[in-house]
Amino acid sequence: MLNNIYNIFFIPEIFLACSSFVCLLFGLFLKKNAFRQTSNLAVFVLLLTILLVYYDSESNFANYKSLFSHSSFINFFKILALLGSIASIIISKDYFLGIKLKNFEIPILFLFSTLGMMLMIASNNLMSMYLAIELQSLSLYVAAAIKRDSISSAESGVKYFILGALSSGILLYGFSLIYGFTGSMNFDDISFYLSKYDNLNLGLIFGLVFVMVGLAFKVSAVPFHMWTPDVYEGAPNSITGFFAIVPKIAAVALIYRFCLVPFENFYLEWSQIILFLSIASMFLGAIAAIAQSNIKRLLAYSSIGHIGYILIALVAANDDGIKAASIYMFSYMIMNVAIFAILLSLKVKNEYLINITDLKGLSKSNPIVSLSISIIMLSMAGIPPFIGFFGKFYVFIAAIEQELYVLSVFGVLASVISAFYYLRIIKIMYFDESKSEGIINFQISFQSKIILSLSLFLIICFIFYPSLLINISASLTI
Amino acid sequence: MIDWPLVSVIIFLPLIGALIILFIKEEELTSINIKWAALLTTLGTFILSLILWIQFDYSNPSYQYEEKFRWFDDFNFFYHVGVDGISLFMILLSTFLTPLCILASWNNIKKRVKEYMLSFLFLETVMIGMFASIDILLFYIFFEAVLIPMYLIIGIWGGNRRIYASFKFFLYTLLGSVLMLIAIIVMYRNTSSMSIEFLQGNYFSYNTQLFLWLAFFASFAVKIPMWPFHTWLPDAHVEAPTAGSVILAGVLLKMGGYGFIRFSLGMLPEATEFFIPLIMTLSIVAIVYTSLVALAQTDIKKLIAYSSVAHMGIVTIGIFLVNQQGLEGAMMQMISHGLVSAALFLCVGVIYDRMHTREIEFYGGLVQRMPLYATVFMIFMLGSVGLPGTSGFIGEFLVIVGAFKFSSYVVIGAAFGIILSAVYMLYLYKRIIFGTITNNKLADILDINTREKIILIPLAISVILLGIFPNLFLDPMRLSLELIITNYEIVNAK
Repeated sequence: MLNNIYNIFFIPEIFLACSSFVCLLFGLFLKKNAFRQTSNLAVFVLLLTILLVYYDSESNFANYKSLFSHSSFINFFKILALLGSIASIIISKDYFLGIKLKNFEIPILFLFSTLGMMLMIASNNLMSMYLAIELQSLSLYVAAAIKRDSISSAESGVKYFILGALSSGILLYGFSLIYGFTGSMNFDDISFYLSKYDNLNLGLIFGLVFVMVGLAFKVSAVPFHMWTPDVYEGAPNSITGFFAIVPKIAAVALIYRFCLVPFENFYLEWSQIILFLSIASMFLGAIAAIAQSNIKRLLAYSSIGHIGYILIALVAANDDGIKAASIYMFSYMIMNVAIFAILLSLKVKNEYLINITDLKGLSKSNPIVSLSISIIMLSMAGIPPFIGFFGKFYVFIAAIEQELYVLSVFGVLASVISAFYYLRIIKIMYFDESKSEGIINFQISFQSKIILSLSLFLIICFIFYPSLLINISASLTI
Repeated sequence: MIDWPLVSVIIFLPLIGALIILFIKEEELTSINIKWAALLTTLGTFILSLILWIQFDYSNPSYQYEEKFRWFDDFNFFYHVGVDGISLFMILLSTFLTPLCILASWNNIKKRVKEYMLSFLFLETVMIGMFASIDILLFYIFFEAVLIPMYLIIGIWGGNRRIYASFKFFLYTLLGSVLMLIAIIVMYRNTSSMSIEFLQGNYFSYNTQLFLWLAFFASFAVKIPMWPFHTWLPDAHVEAPTAGSVILAGVLLKMGGYGFIRFSLGMLPEATEFFIPLIMTLSIVAIVYTSLVALAQTDIKKLIAYSSVAHMGIVTIGIFLVNQQGLEGAMMQMISHGLVSAALFLCVGVIYDRMHTREIEFYGGLVQRMPLYATVFMIFMLGSVGLPGTSGFIGEFLVIVGAFKFSSYVVIGAAFGIILSAVYMLYLYKRIIFGTITNNKLADILDINTREKIILIPLAISVILLGIFPNLFLDPMRLSLELIITNYEIVNAK
């Protein structure tokens, strides 16, 4: 209840916003170790926010009902985004110190971006949705270009900004059309208005298509994926890690909510678009990744492929689909946290690892790390008994429940193709003879080690007690 | 009956052994502790699996030693394992061959012994788990997980073209099995059950069955392998280390046959009826074609690999005859082939370890220097040809008897293949063993040593035992096979 004014600070988003400013001030007044202290504080703030989200009750949002919504699905994805954000701040700390990029603003940018994502996930109104998207994107544009003296970082920031601005423009145009034809910005009102009609008129279809294009850009679905490999490649590794782990969670939740709340009755109209995006993403992600020699570009294409699978579950558009998406997203986050935790600690000749072929001989010099990478890769490829398999398995259950046989067959075929490049990494580590041993060294801080072990534990041991996650995701409502 | 979870213990004992090995420090050069730990674990597993056989109730056609636990809360997936007459010998085959594999790699695996033993123990767990699972999802998980250790075994410890072979093996089999995943989900959607036992009650419409059948066919035909899906096999066999080939030929190929019996025959009888001509044609082509190809090989391992495809052709004929003789013959042929081809690969390993080549040209006149080797090799060679008194005979004979009930053309094809198998095996034997030593390098080759005797003699004994007392093996599986045949006939008689 909001009768006590102080309760307003316990609304997670408001708490996060206020705390982010506190962090900013905190960093500003610190003389020494500003970056490290701010990072720690940011992690602490995010942890508290998770608690608040967890105990958040619907009444807190009563006053914002028109702008934001509240459901178990939203809470699940919020917590997922917060967890991903925490993990990526922790694993990237040593990397930033390693490349002497000690701006204390970086964790603050992550905080603001996470705030934007939470609002994105919860938004129930075209306007709040747009503003939330912009909040998270602006922080990410800055983050991508944060290494000012590096040309590639600046390039990736500018690329991301220009294409992001373009997509925002398209999105906004779509919003204006939808608003123009329905007379409302609120998801529920739009849904109510549309329920009176059997088909969408041409203007609304245009609006829907424009919005879909904008959202496809945000989730980096093919053919709107072009920015992803470049931005991943150019940005500092730890920023890439953040890009890979967190914004995807929010964007996926948003595209789910946008399709399933205001346009739930017009399945046929949007499902065709999503169907195409899904198949194209799976295949392009799988095929384009084969030729990559840069591990970040490879992971970029891999994430494009993963988005394709999540969109299968969206095409299914049933309860199983929502369940599948949340399980898949969870497994996606865990696997990316694990792989980036390793990548951010691997150094080849005192440079952070970029080329896949530099992994050569890792299995001799560091068997445990190479075993971990292999497990993550097999899990990403969807080979049982790891968690990645169950993500895909639930996606296919949802698809077949909706009788999408052809789509499922495409999905499994793409997964076979993608298995090739995941196996290639294992091949480089284990099968190739290396002449230059001992040039790779692996240094990991205690905190990252905890994150890494925890995520590996989840990847391997999910099979023994799947019900914990599955029961949660089965109870989600959009 | 036993009141402790025997099957689970057998499945997970190798995995526990693997965990222990993970923490054993690897000594320089010898790694003797790791080898002993692996050997003892696998031997223990074998002894436990013998209890399965001893305590097996011959009069019970369905699953025994069942264990069932809820695994997923939202769906009807169970951790459900058990053993029936069909899976009993597959499990025994796996547990019997793995210790032999460990022994066979005792001296010739020099690099990364720890990883090697871990792969083998993990492989044993998934193989046994696959044959013992009664829940299809569990089956699928084990079925796919087999790829991981096998990929590593071929890729790390294999020959020159190991990378190509390992990728081909992995992707080819993965392509087959992902289609099976779709089929499994479709089955679940129609029946809300994943129990292999339950699904054998025929719940699918005719058209659904056809599609499901094709999806299962994709995965099992690659695995068994049938012509024209066999091309991964020669590569994988040739490039794999000896023990890898042994497991590949001895157990992994049987997964295909086992799958055909359980899924195609058991769950999709009407579709099976429809596709029988296809299977028969492919099998006969496989038998004749791969036998001829085997005849032209210059590499011993490749020759045995092609002969495996031919022998598996007999198995598929036997399975899809769907009568008592045919199925029993197919099962016997699978067990026999598991022993014989494994032994043949081990025999090749023996001379490969000494001379580091598998070219047939290189050898000749080995009998002069290795009389004992020549003897055991002959037993296995005759077993492969199907001489009466060896295990190979029983399987081939039963399949041909069963085939007479079906069509005499099939009999002609199968018999022609058997004649060809005698041709290429005897020809191989003649070239390698008989004659005088022409190659000087062979002048001081040593006969098999004690370790190799320990490996080969149990195999030789079991090949002959199988040939003389087939009922020892046929009796336990008879009722389980009858159950499948009766169900098949009832459905198709409608």
